Amino acid sequence: MNRLEQLRQKLIAAARLDVPADTVPWAFEQRVLARLRAPRSLDLAAFWARALWRAAAPCVALSLALLTWHLAVESASAPEPEPQTLAQQLEQTLLAAVQEQTADESTDVW
Amino acid sequence: MEERAEAELIAAAQKGDAASFEPIVKKYSPRLFATARRYARRESEVEDIVQDIWLKAFHKLPGYRGDAPFEHWLMRLAVRTCYDHLRGHQRNREATFTDLSDSEQDWLERHAVQPDTASERADAARQLVRRILEELPPAARLVITLLEIEERSVKEISQLTGWSASLVKVRAFRARAQMRKILKRLARSKYL
Repeated sequence: MNRLEQLRQKLIAAARLDVPADTVPWAFEQRVLARLRAPRSLDLAAFWARALWRAAAPCVALSLALLTWHLAVESASAPEPEPQTLAQQLEQTLLAAVQEQTADESTDVW
Repeated sequence: MEERAEAELIAAAQKGDAASFEPIVKKYSPRLFATARRYARRESEVEDIVQDIWLKAFHKLPGYRGDAPFEHWLMRLAVRTCYDHLRGHQRNREATFTDLSDSEQDWLERHAVQPDTASERADAARQLVRRILEELPPAARLVITLLEIEERSVKEISQLTGWSASLVKVRAFRARAQMRKILKRLARSKYL
């Protein structure tokens, strides 16, 4: 055991010997009962904080619902690309090689 | 107060009868004061903590189902209230060797030279350990107090704090390291 740990253990032993008193202040029960019987005053800050916490979950749920609805509407209203005819597909396939070659030539730098 | 009588008083208090709560407050307050004095030094703070525990106990009493002894339920509430108090009154000031009182400095020096001559029964040792505990973060102070000073088991601490057993062990490991770090800072020249 190193010296610091030895010191720490000695101090813990000192704390164990330092048993706190269990004395109760005079008329403590009466003070507790008086506070229990007193009408609970309205703490506006606590009330506001509690209301905010309670509103947090519904707000998140509402935001998610609106986001989902927005995405659903957007995908439904987006124009779908028109299907290509057989002739267009054939032309695209045949000209693909030529188009690639033209693109390569235009990007070459001498 | 017999157990049956206590159960009847608790049942009445659960229905909102504050007068039935008085004998319960009388019976358990010494235990609560002893617990609160471990975490607060000023008597006014200690009394505030215990009052807070009783107010919480009265308002949460309808939720007490009697599965566990009332004392266990109350002590759980007490430990959690003390922990909340520590978190609310966290102090960040770091003391150095020169901040210690003459008797604390003397005790540390004697321990460094000849450990056997520095008794754990000395007032200086008690003051020093209080100072170190006050510098610890709330979770570390709570776990050191429950595990090492009150010598409770990990399972008991887990029940009192609501932390898992593994979290208690991790926090205890960190707390010991934090305590050593504070000691190293306080007695740097003597122990390095």
